[in-house]
Amino acid sequence: MHVTRTQDPKERISNFSEVDLGYADTDAIAEAKRCLQCTNPTCVPGCPVGIDIPGFIRRIAAGDPDGALAVLKETNYLPGTCGRVCPQEDQCEKACILQAKKDPINIGKLEKYAADMGKHSFVKKPPIGRKVAVVGSGPAGLTCASFLAMHGVAVTVLEALHEPGGVLRYGIPEFRMPNAIVEREVEQLTRLGVVFEMNVLVGRTVTLDELRAEYDAVFIGSGAGLPYFLNVPGEEKTGVLTANEFLTRINLMHGYRFPEYDTPIKRAEHAVVIGGGNVAMDAARAARRLGSQVTVAYRRTEAEMPARIEEIRHAKEEGIGFELLAAPIEIIGDTKVSGISCQRMALGDPDASGRRRPVPVEGETFTLPCDQVVIAIGQGCNPVLLKGCDAELGKGGTVAVDRTFMTSIPGVYAGGDAVSGSSTVIMAMHDGREAAKAILARLKNHHSRIANYK
Amino acid sequence: MTFPIVEKETLNEGTVLLRVKAPRIAAHAQAGQFVVLRIREKGERIPLTLADWDEETITLVFQPVGKTTQDLAKMLPGGSIRDVLGPLGNPAEISKVGTVVLVGGGLGIAPLFPQARAFKEAGNRVVCVIGVRTKGLLFWEDRFKGYAELVVCTEDGSHGMKGLVTDGLKRVMRERKVDRVVAIGPPVMMKFVSLATREAMIPTVVSINSIMVDGIGMCGGCRVPLTTKEIRFSCADGPEFDGHIVDWDALLVRNRMYEDEEKACRCT
Ligand SMILES: Cc1cc2nc3c(=O)[nH]c(=O)nc-3n(C[C@H](O)[C@H](O)[C@H](O)COP(=O)(O)OP(=O)(O)OC[C@H]3O[C@@H](n4cnc5c(N)ncnc54)[C@H](O)[C@@H]3O)c2cc1C
Ligand SMILES: Cc1cc2nc3c(=O)[nH]c(=O)nc-3n(C[C@H](O)[C@H](O)[C@H](O)COP(=O)(O)OP(=O)(O)OC[C@H]3O[C@@H](n4cnc5c(N)ncnc54)[C@H](O)[C@@H]3O)c2cc1C
Ligand code: SF4
Ligand code: FES
Repeated sequence: MHVTRTQDPKERISNFSEVDLGYADTDAIAEAKRCLQCTNPTCVPGCPVGIDIPGFIRRIAAGDPDGALAVLKETNYLPGTCGRVCPQEDQCEKACILQAKKDPINIGKLEKYAADMGKHSFVKKPPIGRKVAVVGSGPAGLTCASFLAMHGVAVTVLEALHEPGGVLRYGIPEFRMPNAIVEREVEQLTRLGVVFEMNVLVGRTVTLDELRAEYDAVFIGSGAGLPYFLNVPGEEKTGVLTANEFLTRINLMHGYRFPEYDTPIKRAEHAVVIGGGNVAMDAARAARRLGSQVTVAYRRTEAEMPARIEEIRHAKEEGIGFELLAAPIEIIGDTKVSGISCQRMALGDPDASGRRRPVPVEGETFTLPCDQVVIAIGQGCNPVLLKGCDAELGKGGTVAVDRTFMTSIPGVYAGGDAVSGSSTVIMAMHDGREAAKAILARLKNHHSRIANYK
Repeated sequence: MTFPIVEKETLNEGTVLLRVKAPRIAAHAQAGQFVVLRIREKGERIPLTLADWDEETITLVFQPVGKTTQDLAKMLPGGSIRDVLGPLGNPAEISKVGTVVLVGGGLGIAPLFPQARAFKEAGNRVVCVIGVRTKGLLFWEDRFKGYAELVVCTEDGSHGMKGLVTDGLKRVMRERKVDRVVAIGPPVMMKFVSLATREAMIPTVVSINSIMVDGIGMCGGCRVPLTTKEIRFSCADGPEFDGHIVDWDALLVRNRMYEDEEKACRCT
């Protein structure tokens, strides 16, 4: 496999710039040429949105990044994002035929290359005289908005925060997902005529009923941003915060550039990050860049960590320590945190998810001294909109939808983390697109009915 | 879309009023709610309570205590605020309960106003106990007329009764049956109000000013320490809480979390 260039670990821990520097043209072409162009490509079914993978790779091999990007955008409106954050090792690359030789095509990085190097603009169909409100500007909302706008629908995206992008903006740090990329993907929507209204919390600034009265359909892509806590003693101490708060202060508010920006962020001597997913890796690596010594504490082993392999590798290169088989039991300190006590765990039998369940090792506890604890153990659905509306809820406070992604309220659709609980960017995009198709079908149906009456 | 300032008034040496055009927020505002605003691109998001509103505008009353509030105090009509999000938080629980005593210290007077109006309109007898250091710091006395009976407490005795709001509250409690107390102000004040009403078992609602970032329930920074050990967010579950189950000492510590950085910001 031809690998991409990255920033040197010693250098990158003192900046927030993107770690992966991408392919030079020659390397991208060389990697693309390794693709066997299978007649029955096994990679494609591995992709949740079914990108024509050999198709876009063929364009890269031919030195045509514009063509490659056009192929990508047939199925994926945010390739610059997916190329960076999708868990390719569990999806397309895992399914690639060359995986048999342990050397799959580097599909993710090629996707990123095409997205960054290629030029493309969407072709827009004539207006159909219908309008749709999209709640939330994360990957689900942006994808839904793109599809509808391309098909001539007037789309307004309503976002509670002051910048669009959802997790791509407030969660995933600059060193992995530069804001400039998010801006570019958003800009392409503006060019399609999508209107963005920031600072609108649906359920408070406008109600869902008001939206239903004003628009022909509504899509809810409000995500899953409600952070979970450990529920151990000492969690209220200063120095204990959620990864969401930590990352929001850094990404959305630019706290790492305090005092140039007004929002402060604590630079700890030693930070302990609890969790083993992408969120934990992002928090740990962000803390490292603020100058902290960082330890990630996770209750299972590395093999069970849900984070992307690349993130774990990058974290290790950056000198982040891993305390595995460690479950927090108490945060200690008087008013400020001074350490975290953990229970030593061992792997027991597999649980419902198929992963081996961690079980406590009797009598083995230990303390990690630290002055900051960042909790990254998952999140639930944003409650504000969902609590106040009549849509039926599913398990864990998610929105219940049918096969067409419609909620129990006619004309109101939902997708992404708001429906799945907590998932991935690509699954959110998948939902956004499928919901958009259903919305379009509904609008056209109603449209023809109205036309017939005339 | 930005949010133009249409009126500015200096209420006293340390308190500023801004009226800001924000029709959508104004149309949905209810007593007890707040907004989160960001003045400019590099600014911080800070929460401020809705002190009043009409069809088009919202009124904010604040004290310049740090970087953002000082910058805000320098703004003039014609200028505009980059981001204002709201109305946030759950509306105050307003119903007919009998006699309601609203307690506000210093700045707390302004956020009490919508509550006084709402409780009065719901058919309650409303008493406002307002505390300030000295007479010159008092404002909006006349605005409350018609909605509430005012009990003014000054620390130096220059107006009304001499003493703290807790003294005023205790006097009202001695004189009549109080069915509910609502306190808005500095945490220390709310703590002592809650202590005073606890024995008398008067339901007491306090409005918790935690440190906030997003204001929509996504960061957990505003979590309120409760003696019940449940985790509740001031922005999404509050801002009003039962004053008798707030862990005041833990809350006071949490609000000082960014003290060092705040100082750094003020010096620059
Ligand atoms: C730190 C972090 C790292 C991650 N890393 C990866 C990764 O590497 N790979 C991967 O595939 N996935 C990753 N994920 C998960 C992924 O980001 C999410 O699954 C995805 O963003 C979900 O998209 P969404 O559109 O459903 O919601 P979100 O991206 O959460 O967007 C929802 C938006 O809706 C807004 N909103 C909420 N309520 C309202 C309302 N009432 N009115 C208006 N707006 C509202 C929110 O402010 C937000 O902007 C990560 C998540 C986090 C937090
Ligand atoms: C729901 C809510 C409603 C509020 N309503 C009002 C109001 O109507 N009028 C008013 O003057 N103030 C109000 N506050 C407090 C106001 O938000 C803070 O004074 C402001 O954030 C200070 O910001 P700064 O940059 O000017 O000062 P900083 O230098 O950041 O801080 C100065 C002081 O304010 C405290 N503080 C800092 N950030 C916050 C914060 N986010 N929330 C609470 N305290 C903070 C600090 O502990 C410090 O003591 C409210 C707070 C909340 C949570
Ligand atoms: S399976 Fe691998 S080799 Fe075959 S088309 Fe897909 S990327 Fe190319
Ligand atoms: S301010 Fe972030 S959860 Fe309340």
